[in-house]
Amino acid sequence: MHPAPSVILFTALSGLGFGLLAWLGIGRPDVTGWVAFVFFFIAYALAVGGLVASTFHLGNPKNALKAFSQWRSSWLSREAVLSVAALITMGLYAIGTVFLGVQWSALGVIGAALSLLTVFATSMIYAQLETVPRWNHPITSALFLALSIAGGALLAGQVTAAIVLLLLAGGVQVAAWWLGDGRFAKRGSTMETATGLGFIGKVRLFEPPHTGGNYLLTEMVYVVGRKHAARLRVIALLCMSLVPAILLMLSHSHVVALIAVLSHLTGVFAARWLFFAEAEHVVGLYYGKR
Amino acid sequence: MTDLPDKTDRKLGLVIDLDTCVGCHACVISCKGWNTENYGVPLSDQDPYGGTPSGTFLNRVHSFEVQPDQGAAQTVHFPKSCLHCDDAPCVTVCPTGASYKRAEDGIVLVNEDACIGCGLCAWACPYGARELDRAAGVMKKCTLCVDRIYNENLPQEDRLPACVRTCPAGARHFGDLGDPDSAVSQLVADRGGMDLMPELGTRPVNKYLPPRPKDTGGEIDILAPLLAPVAEEPKGFLGWLDKTLERL
Ligand code: SF4
Ligand code: SF4
Repeated sequence: MHPAPSVILFTALSGLGFGLLAWLGIGRPDVTGWVAFVFFFIAYALAVGGLVASTFHLGNPKNALKAFSQWRSSWLSREAVLSVAALITMGLYAIGTVFLGVQWSALGVIGAALSLLTVFATSMIYAQLETVPRWNHPITSALFLALSIAGGALLAGQVTAAIVLLLLAGGVQVAAWWLGDGRFAKRGSTMETATGLGFIGKVRLFEPPHTGGNYLLTEMVYVVGRKHAARLRVIALLCMSLVPAILLMLSHSHVVALIAVLSHLTGVFAARWLFFAEAEHVVGLYYGKR
Repeated sequence: MTDLPDKTDRKLGLVIDLDTCVGCHACVISCKGWNTENYGVPLSDQDPYGGTPSGTFLNRVHSFEVQPDQGAAQTVHFPKSCLHCDDAPCVTVCPTGASYKRAEDGIVLVNEDACIGCGLCAWACPYGARELDRAAGVMKKCTLCVDRIYNENLPQEDRLPACVRTCPAGARHFGDLGDPDSAVSQLVADRGGMDLMPELGTRPVNKYLPPRPKDTGGEIDILAPLLAPVAEEPKGFLGWLDKTLERL
């Protein structure tokens, strides 16, 4: 699948933002007033910034409001509804903590749950697709949630929790790669099932439908750069999980924490790039590619 | 709502004969022509006369080579467009309700006035049947020529999808696949019509008729034994010439 920068930015940043909101919702860190303001500001900047970035890849964004209508069947629509519900709920909670110095903890817990549900809905947009076997597995949701909660803990200054969760998220990532690599073969779609011609023999593409490219090929049969995948995986894992966890074990200073956050973000971007670039869509079979 | 209808009254669709298709791409052109001028925004092209032309098509013809265990390989031309699936994953993922399947005839359509161009439906379709138009930013797909088949301004013989009407080989058939007595259903039953990627559970309405078995290249004529060469080794003058030339 084509790793569109807007989608990578959106999923990575909003995941982090909603993760931080979830921690703020359960009162960790236990802050009020200006300090709370700064935390909420960062969380909203990430979550809303991510959502805004996601509209950049829409072909026809003027209809965006309609995307709230199909929550009964569509995970994308559910994500839209949940994200707005989470942002409003946490906004009310933020007003309490920042300006009134009170924590409406029930509201906060509801907001935290909505924030994580939003991340879950985002993950389901990908995990629901039977056409992309690598994604079509519960591990996709586990990965998005683990990264969101771990990154949120990092931003929320929950040092001990962050160390444990970052390492855990790294483990989920490794499991996702491990499971993902065999998923396409397991799904059983081949050029033979795609064409129905397997009863005659082995099928290969003789001539593509057009000599030029097309939307399907650029969007879904993205094969560029996969050869560096192994190296990128190592870099992603180090930056996203191990380096920040070790940094947090070594020191609690703000500068180190900042470096840990930047490293984590870099790692998440790299991992998210791979998430798309390595995902093979079954339509590639009609083009003799994967 | 982008829920799928529980059942559709009819299942209009295509039956494509892989034995007969000659790969001329006439259906590709007639589809592009009709659908550029009719339903929804035109099917745009990018850089059509330049070095890297591309464009939106609702029907594309692939050509495959199939190699049996024994014998010669075989070329199969393979037209592909929306299969109007009964369990259409493209419909349920749509966040706006732009994609829908009609309860009356099973046609899967996009309401372009509601589409945000997120592309998720194209991701959900296993068959590459949906393409986002680069100029208009909305999703395009086969409409089964919904603006021809019910169009009373057209003569009766033209109330067919443009691709079916145009196919010079008669490789494309249109009808109600929900009615077991319809001509298309009979054809599917007779010829063993098949689904594409059945393992994905989309339950396509369109069916493909497999190529008929080829001759295996055995005896060509009952008189063939009589035509067998009489002399295996050349004799007489030819034998002498053969030997002399070999010695040179
Ligand atoms: S072929 Fe693709 S676009 Fe057409 S109904 Fe099936 S899944 Fe949807
Ligand atoms: S591209 Fe349009 S039709 Fe397809 S899922 Fe998005 S809004 Fe629906």
